[in-house]
Amino acid sequence: MTDWEVVIGLEIHAQLATKSKIFSGAATAYGAPPNTQASLVDLAYPGVLPVLNAEAVRMAVKFGLSIGATVARHSVFARKNYFYPDLPKGYQISQYELPVVKQGRLDIMLEDGAIKSIGITRAHLEEDAGKSLHEGLAHATGIDLNRAGTPLLEIVSEPDMRSGKEAVAYMKKIHTLVRYLEICDGNMQEGSFRCDANVSVRPRGREKFGTRAEIKNLNSFRFVEKAIQYEVARQIELLESGGTVVQETRLYDSDRDETRSMRSKEEANDYRYFPDPDLLPVKIDESFIDAVRATLPELPDDKAARFARDFALSAYDAGVLCASRELGAYFEAVVAKLGAAQAKLAANWVMGELSSALNRDGVEIAAARVNPSALSDLLLRIVDDTISGKIAKEVFEAMWSEGTSADAIIEAKGLKQITDSVAIEGVIDAVIAANPKQLADYRAGKEKLFGFFVGQVMKATAGKANPAQLNELLKLKLGGGV
Amino acid sequence: MLHNLSIGELGRRLSSGEISSVELTRHFLARIERLNPALNALITLTAEQALAEAKSADARRRAGESGRLLGIPLIHKDIFCTDGVRTSCGSRMLDNFIAPYDATVVTRLKAAGAVMLGKANMDEFAMGSSNETSFYGPVKNPWDTSKVPGGSSGGSAAAAAARLAPFATGTDTGGSIRQPAALTGVTGVKPTYGRVSRYGMIAFASSLDQAGVIAGSAADAAIVLQAMAGFDPKDSTSIDAPVPDYEAALEAPLAGLKIGLLREFFEGLEARNAALIHDALKVYRSLGAETVEVSLPHLPLSVPTYYVVAPAECSSNLSRFDGVRYGYRCANPTDLLDLYKRSRGEGFGAEVKRRIMTGTYVLSAGYFDAYYLKAQKVRRLITDDFRAAFAQVDLVIGPTTPTPAFSIGAKVDDPVTMYLNDIYTIGANLAGLPGLSVPCGFVEGLPMGLQLIGPHFSESKLLNAAHRFQQATEWHTRSPRGFE
Repeated sequence: MTDWEVVIGLEIHAQLATKSKIFSGAATAYGAPPNTQASLVDLAYPGVLPVLNAEAVRMAVKFGLSIGATVARHSVFARKNYFYPDLPKGYQISQYELPVVKQGRLDIMLEDGAIKSIGITRAHLEEDAGKSLHEGLAHATGIDLNRAGTPLLEIVSEPDMRSGKEAVAYMKKIHTLVRYLEICDGNMQEGSFRCDANVSVRPRGREKFGTRAEIKNLNSFRFVEKAIQYEVARQIELLESGGTVVQETRLYDSDRDETRSMRSKEEANDYRYFPDPDLLPVKIDESFIDAVRATLPELPDDKAARFARDFALSAYDAGVLCASRELGAYFEAVVAKLGAAQAKLAANWVMGELSSALNRDGVEIAAARVNPSALSDLLLRIVDDTISGKIAKEVFEAMWSEGTSADAIIEAKGLKQITDSVAIEGVIDAVIAANPKQLADYRAGKEKLFGFFVGQVMKATAGKANPAQLNELLKLKLGGGV
Repeated sequence: MLHNLSIGELGRRLSSGEISSVELTRHFLARIERLNPALNALITLTAEQALAEAKSADARRRAGESGRLLGIPLIHKDIFCTDGVRTSCGSRMLDNFIAPYDATVVTRLKAAGAVMLGKANMDEFAMGSSNETSFYGPVKNPWDTSKVPGGSSGGSAAAAAARLAPFATGTDTGGSIRQPAALTGVTGVKPTYGRVSRYGMIAFASSLDQAGVIAGSAADAAIVLQAMAGFDPKDSTSIDAPVPDYEAALEAPLAGLKIGLLREFFEGLEARNAALIHDALKVYRSLGAETVEVSLPHLPLSVPTYYVVAPAECSSNLSRFDGVRYGYRCANPTDLLDLYKRSRGEGFGAEVKRRIMTGTYVLSAGYFDAYYLKAQKVRRLITDDFRAAFAQVDLVIGPTTPTPAFSIGAKVDDPVTMYLNDIYTIGANLAGLPGLSVPCGFVEGLPMGLQLIGPHFSESKLLNAAHRFQQATEWHTRSPRGFE
């Protein structure tokens, strides 16, 4: 049996969050009625000309700086020529030989916690095409050109990934980054963030790459992983049964979980790229780059390193908290009020209760029903022993559904922890008296029964007994002490 | 007669109230009605709109406004989009196309108060040197209606020569203003690439296309160019530089002007044509200019270079004409490929198809380096040749065309001979330089043109030199028989 090595490179298309299109003044907002956001330029009327949106260039440069890439001082728009009804000019304006961003890198964390650096060959600006619509049209195809001319940043990686999981980790990292930079909304359902995967396999140890297939238009992390898994299995099976992989473009069918051939290399278009004579080369000078650099936020890796260092968090926790800029900001706001000494508690709550509530209700963190200040108020009550961590979860749920403060809920529901040792002792005595058999067993060496007594006391106090005090007193009493 | 007056003189009469724009417009509309059928120079007449615009120009004058073009009629080449008016580009493909917006050139001339009489015939998509490729049939040369007027701005040139309007707009990709101006005995100016906006001008070869003017004299052309020129944020290749006062520079003396005789332009030039150019040089010397011979060694490569670059760009520019959104669509397409093939196959004429195929070929994988890239390198060499020449001289001079107007049909089956018509004009397009053609005499009763080419943004100097020449000669005042 050959030991196969998987080789993957991704071409990620990130829709840039500009207000207007890359070469026209039409709006880029999603979901408008067909062809209402297409100007004469987007419709490719005779005589119209493209004018570059400087904001798109600024965003591309921002991305370049964030991956330590070279920002080209001179880049060129080229025409990619092919006929398709949703491509009104009969060519797509893209960048070919001279892209705006070259040679960057991005670190990803593998499942075992190791760091791997992925090379990014280039990132170039281009315009999106429109959409062909078939639904509800008998024997006809509708064309919606609202999306035509929407700016895209195509981010091309080196063939550095060795599994579907690595590919997903890389794609997620880029997804995090573009949202940090506020250059892409990352909305995968609406197609704002999607990728093509180049997949090949080779016997481990061989230097030469195998023939690759390109899987087009993957618009979810899950599909990326599943499509790659399927494609790898298909290629290995083909090779092991004596076949050869052909270079081709394939489509992933998520309903059937398989990839299907779309067109072979022979059928591929000759795009006849040449520099677009309607657009001047893009010249970028130091001062432009400096101005863009000044707008860079703290990047995810830097933020995670700072969290790990300043708050004594594990690399994993820090990474999770930094997966989105908003989550990191939420966490920091909680810590600011609660104090850095309780950062681990804050991290557990943000990654735990808060994240599950957000997921459960499908809301963005900005719309969380418990804000950072309210959450820190709740956590303060754990810290000052007013309530236990367990009770705090109950309080959190009430805060989430009622939108009131932790203190108000603790007060209204009488959830304040019992820290009066006399009161706790009274309950313990009653529990012991009611369970003579268990007491005897415990004293005979069945120490596991300690948990039973804790449970009984908690039940009797509705969970409000201070757990540390309870433990201490119970140990004494069961041991025959006071 | 009104139609023989200069734009300057018409303006004076409009301003004094001697005539109104409505009268002037009626006069030209009447001439078009009477004379155009013999010429086929106009393919769309906008009489009603013209009279409304004239009326509004008269009102603007009464309200105290002035302006050199306020109330002056014109004809637009049908390559410029005109809001609400058919813009065909001489093609069946756009025979049904009503433009939904005005080209910047149209907007600017409208703002200046010029009155559009109609749209001029042209070679299909500006591809041609004889105006025989038009879907609307050939334009005839007013000097001899069995002859071509040149192309692609043949309709504009014939209309200006027949005085169907005081001036017409044109476009020049490889000589399409200068060559027809020369063959019809009028003045044609192709400005520096980027001087006039290309927005709304249907693209043939984007890196070469430049809008300009065809008029009765350099002085008239200066007035029109003043209104057309200037930066346009809608055209990324238009140049943001101030527009000088072209009229103010017209009268500058030519003493000390250094004129370069392009050696390559005279090689093989027929004696009678060469004699006219030498006569013109005598005029310049008498005006105090110096003439020296200069050489542009790579200029003989300009035609083959052009016929790689221009078709390459056109093959891409014309891809948008696919029968999907506007323009010609074949009847009953069976599927997408059929829609494309028949819409384009039926909508485009033979010359357009020839250039699309040539362009597609030179951009194809495996041929790109040998053709397109090589042509771009030669283009650079030609530009460098001009730069070197302009280090020695202020302007270069030569014939506009190798021969006078030829017979309709004489060269239609021989594209290469047809292409060689532009041998003297293409260099300026490849280098992005301004050039103009002025009438300099007749050969067998047909007008010939003298071409002046200058460095980038030397329009003032070129118009000055042309104007001085026209003050010393009267070729530009001649009218073709039947069109006096």
